[in-house]
Amino acid sequence: MTQSERIAPSATVPARRFDAAGILPWAVFALLAAVPLIAPHFGLEYYVGFVRHMLIVAIAATSLNVILGYGGMVALGHAGFVGVGAYAAVALVEAGVGSAWLAWGGALAAGAVFAALTGAVSLRTRGVYFLMITLAFAQMLYYLAVSLRTYGGDDGYGLYTPLSLGWLDGVHGDVFYWVVLALAALVFALASRLAVSRFGHALMGIRDNETRMAALGYPVYRIKLAAFTGAGALAGLAGGLLASHNAFVSPSLMHWTESATLLVMVVLGGRGRRWGAPLGVAIWYTLAEVLKINTEYWHWPLGLMLLLVVFLAPRGVAALFERRRGEG
Amino acid sequence: MDAIFIFEQLLNGLGYGLMLFLLAAGLTLVFGIMDTMNLAHGSLYMAGAYIAAKVHEASGSFVGAVAVAIALTVLVAAVVEVLVIRRLYARDHLAQVLATFGLILIADDAVRAIWGPSPILAPTPAALAGPVQLLPELPYPAYRLVLLGAGLAVAVGLYVLVNHTRTGMLVRAGASNRVMAEYMGVRVGRVFSFVFALGAALAALAGALMGPIGAVQIGMGEAILIPALVVIVIGGIGSVRGAFVAALLVGLVDTAGRAFLPPALRAVLPPSLAADLGPALAGIAMYVLMAAVLAFKPAGLFPARA
Repeated sequence: MTQSERIAPSATVPARRFDAAGILPWAVFALLAAVPLIAPHFGLEYYVGFVRHMLIVAIAATSLNVILGYGGMVALGHAGFVGVGAYAAVALVEAGVGSAWLAWGGALAAGAVFAALTGAVSLRTRGVYFLMITLAFAQMLYYLAVSLRTYGGDDGYGLYTPLSLGWLDGVHGDVFYWVVLALAALVFALASRLAVSRFGHALMGIRDNETRMAALGYPVYRIKLAAFTGAGALAGLAGGLLASHNAFVSPSLMHWTESATLLVMVVLGGRGRRWGAPLGVAIWYTLAEVLKINTEYWHWPLGLMLLLVVFLAPRGVAALFERRRGEG
Repeated sequence: MDAIFIFEQLLNGLGYGLMLFLLAAGLTLVFGIMDTMNLAHGSLYMAGAYIAAKVHEASGSFVGAVAVAIALTVLVAAVVEVLVIRRLYARDHLAQVLATFGLILIADDAVRAIWGPSPILAPTPAALAGPVQLLPELPYPAYRLVLLGAGLAVAVGLYVLVNHTRTGMLVRAGASNRVMAEYMGVRVGRVFSFVFALGAALAALAGALMGPIGAVQIGMGEAILIPALVVIVIGGIGSVRGAFVAALLVGLVDTAGRAFLPPALRAVLPPSLAADLGPALAGIAMYVLMAAVLAFKPAGLFPARA
């Protein structure tokens, strides 16, 4: 098809940068995989859980990066999808499900369904109205969760027995960490693949000029809805994983500041960039952790950093690296 | 549930709506004129509440405390406008969300550093502490009546300012078509600075007045910001009249939902389900209202832009 032929050359990575760009994800993956093996030797067991948390948030942030960065949809309700996933997992556990895979699958499906339903309505609006509608849906979920006493209401719901990972149970104490890492890597690979796929190019085309893409015959609304639903599914999965990670779920997962924080991390890292979401999550969480250890006033330096990013690096931290590499 | 209870709740809803209007008026003008989304508007509300509570406690004068709160908050807002907000006009909404979210984080820590992390108690002025016998069977807190009066007075004042003064004309011109207003010689930047300061003053006033009947704590700005945003979206971004109507609507719907929905549901549903569903629906009501309005009028009830 001529369409894909025309897109293909620009989609492939230039040959001389291929090696570094190709090896980097594997190097990061290997480093992260080694964390549970290395950390105990330095008395840093706590940081295995810390990195696991970051990896889960990175899944949610990557899914947001797909609609925000590639799709140009500024949604302020992404924490709602995470919350739907978390509560779906809790509902399955409450119903007697003991398998983690089933609970997470349920979380993924719930995120997808909720995103498809709300997306069908939200995507008819533009700009600030889209932002407000997505926010409104997340707020509705928040109040729903606050009043659902079956699942703990405002106090939250504790998952007292860990979910079973099937035959992986008992292989190693940190097997849950590696499962999360594998899923995060899979999501990262999926998002990277998406960026160079026809669907991804269509999505970016819609971001840049919706009218032109519609005139070219692309089903604009359906493409946006598909991306929105996919992002909701992945965020739901992150919610399910988060429920397992914390062994606890509460409505505060869905507070609007959580949605804002996800948005902030993606923009901080670099929206629409391959490494944007994981980089943003890593910077945000590491900085917050370091600040929390040293001072009780750990919010304002993050706030200051946001202002600096907005004024000095509006395209995100990942873009800074790209420029430097381009010059060098 | 009798007529007296309903009347009392409607008055409460009206009071809440008027306070929302004070916040939304500034927000909608800032949004309407410069297309700038300011999430930190709630932080100005928080500043007003804290300063008023502390000055009131120290001096004993409530009116003086409110005046000091407004003056100091406007001062802070002016500095923030020059340093940050002014540089955000030309940027997209995402950058504005990011930067003003950063301001929220800074403001919350500033309050924590100055007044400590725990909520503080804002005293009700002694002269207004008692109830007033509105109707033979309806005692109503005098302070809430003052709140209603103050809210209405400000609404009238804003109406006169926006619709019947030269400054107001410039503000409306900026809101309906900024570029055209600039071509006609309006210094929109200067108008905006004035509007931003005015919005800060109204937010501080709302915070100072709400202090004694709400919780003065860190995060209060984030909690009230979302209803205020819902109000300006329902009313139509940039329209003060729209903000007024929408604020009263949201205030009434929210208060009525919380007061009437749980008992009404208990009458028709099993108690346990009603106890779950009542508060949920009450919390959601405002957002359903927004979705319904946007479904029929995508630009809000009173679109400001031609």
